Amino acid sequence: MKKNTSYNTGKAVLEIKDLYKGFGDLKVLNGFNLELYKGENLVMMGKSGSGKSVMIKCMVGLMQPDSGNIKILGKDISTLSHQEMDELRTEIGFLFQGSALYDSMTVRENLEFPLRRHTDKFDLKNTDELVMEALRNVGLEHTIDQMPEELSGGMQRRIAFARALILQPQIILYDEPTTGLDPITSKEIIELMQTIQDKYNTSSLIITHDVDCARVISNRMILLLDGINYVEGTFEELSNSKDPKIKAFFK
Amino acid sequence: MGSSFNFYSNLRSFFEEVGALSRFAGRYFREVFSTPFEFRELMNQCYSMGNKSLLLVGVTGFILGLVFTLQSRPTLLEFGAVAWMPSMISISIVREIGPVIIALICAGRIGSGIGAELGSMRVTEQIDAMEVSGTNPFKFLVVTRVLAATIMLPVLVIFGDFIALVGSAIIENIKGDVSFQLYFNQAFDALEFTDLLPATLKTFFFGFAIGIVGCFKGYNSKKGTAGVGEASNSAVVYTSMLLFIIDFIAVFISDIFY
Repeated sequence: MKKNTSYNTGKAVLEIKDLYKGFGDLKVLNGFNLELYKGENLVMMGKSGSGKSVMIKCMVGLMQPDSGNIKILGKDISTLSHQEMDELRTEIGFLFQGSALYDSMTVRENLEFPLRRHTDKFDLKNTDELVMEALRNVGLEHTIDQMPEELSGGMQRRIAFARALILQPQIILYDEPTTGLDPITSKEIIELMQTIQDKYNTSSLIITHDVDCARVISNRMILLLDGINYVEGTFEELSNSKDPKIKAFFK
Repeated sequence: MGSSFNFYSNLRSFFEEVGALSRFAGRYFREVFSTPFEFRELMNQCYSMGNKSLLLVGVTGFILGLVFTLQSRPTLLEFGAVAWMPSMISISIVREIGPVIIALICAGRIGSGIGAELGSMRVTEQIDAMEVSGTNPFKFLVVTRVLAATIMLPVLVIFGDFIALVGSAIIENIKGDVSFQLYFNQAFDALEFTDLLPATLKTFFFGFAIGIVGCFKGYNSKKGTAGVGEASNSAVVYTSMLLFIIDFIAVFISDIFY
């Protein structure tokens, strides 16, 4: 069922081979494969509970896979020490579904938090400048001294986006970036994702149920079904598919 | 058959919990001496734990001193030993009652607070967010809180003990015509180095127990709001039990040496 697509213009920045992960008797990933290319927006769709979030958490080391191989920027993450993994994580931005802003800190402190702990990569003298640039990117400079609870859901998502961007990552992982937002705010977030991708030429893996988001932003799509990459292709190829399992996602 | 199975199952999960807590404490000792130090967060936590507990500890200590003196007075009067009141109160409060009562109050105030805070951070993926940004959440959240509790509890106990003695002195002043100066002279004369040292040393262990159990429960909280509630609640229950065990060991050891 897999389909070869022509979108592989750059080198692979993320490679997953034969990934298996289960919880007791429940097998979530059954030999999942994925490649993300430089500068690409890859959208992954799948049913709730199909293992999308598990897969993305395995990528950043929040979960350990049962078996399989994950290579990020050419490094096999299973062979990395804790410190090497932390260094690699600075090249990966992660936008959480619930934003996951530190609610005891102001917006400024949220953005400064990763910067102050990676002084080898960033000069502390430039902290203010980097914070302001990140906030400018999401259009929320005025919220710098506000607490997360004072912001709307859409604003919190954008601040979380700014925090993911502040370490200037090469890869951004989005876990359902538009879930729980109204259509207008969702559209703003999608436009923001596109702008950031154009500006910094990042590679993005976007997990979403939002067909509009997939249509606008994807260069390539992948469907995760029964723990495997069931099909790959462009939005047009998948949305015009005759397979009832694929069609169900685009109704 | 069912009840014996439950007993062994509970016993097994108890030892698993103790094992997990020991590993957690082991990680704390590995990380507390390694760089970088989160000095700013440590100061924030010391301020937060100390400042916010001050009123509670003060009121508790004051009432403790009042009640203890009022309850002891009739018995001492009966034996004609009321002149020993300041000495008896100061030794009882400083050696035993003050540290234990104030540690229990702090287990409720500080331990449950840590459990709930870290539990909700776990549930809302804030701890995961720290981890994926390449920082060490254990160092930032756990090491600072446990260290702050270990430092601040002795301070709070000393403060609470003093307020308890003030409460006692007020009762003695009203009921027994004992001046404050005479009361405190007698109270401090009765105290020796061997009373103060073990009593102060054990409060460091009390503070450590409050911090480590609160952090352990919160950091490993299960998903959902029920998980946060359970983390907060079990932090207080386990800490309270642990405080009495530590107190027993401390008294046993100090009895051998002094």
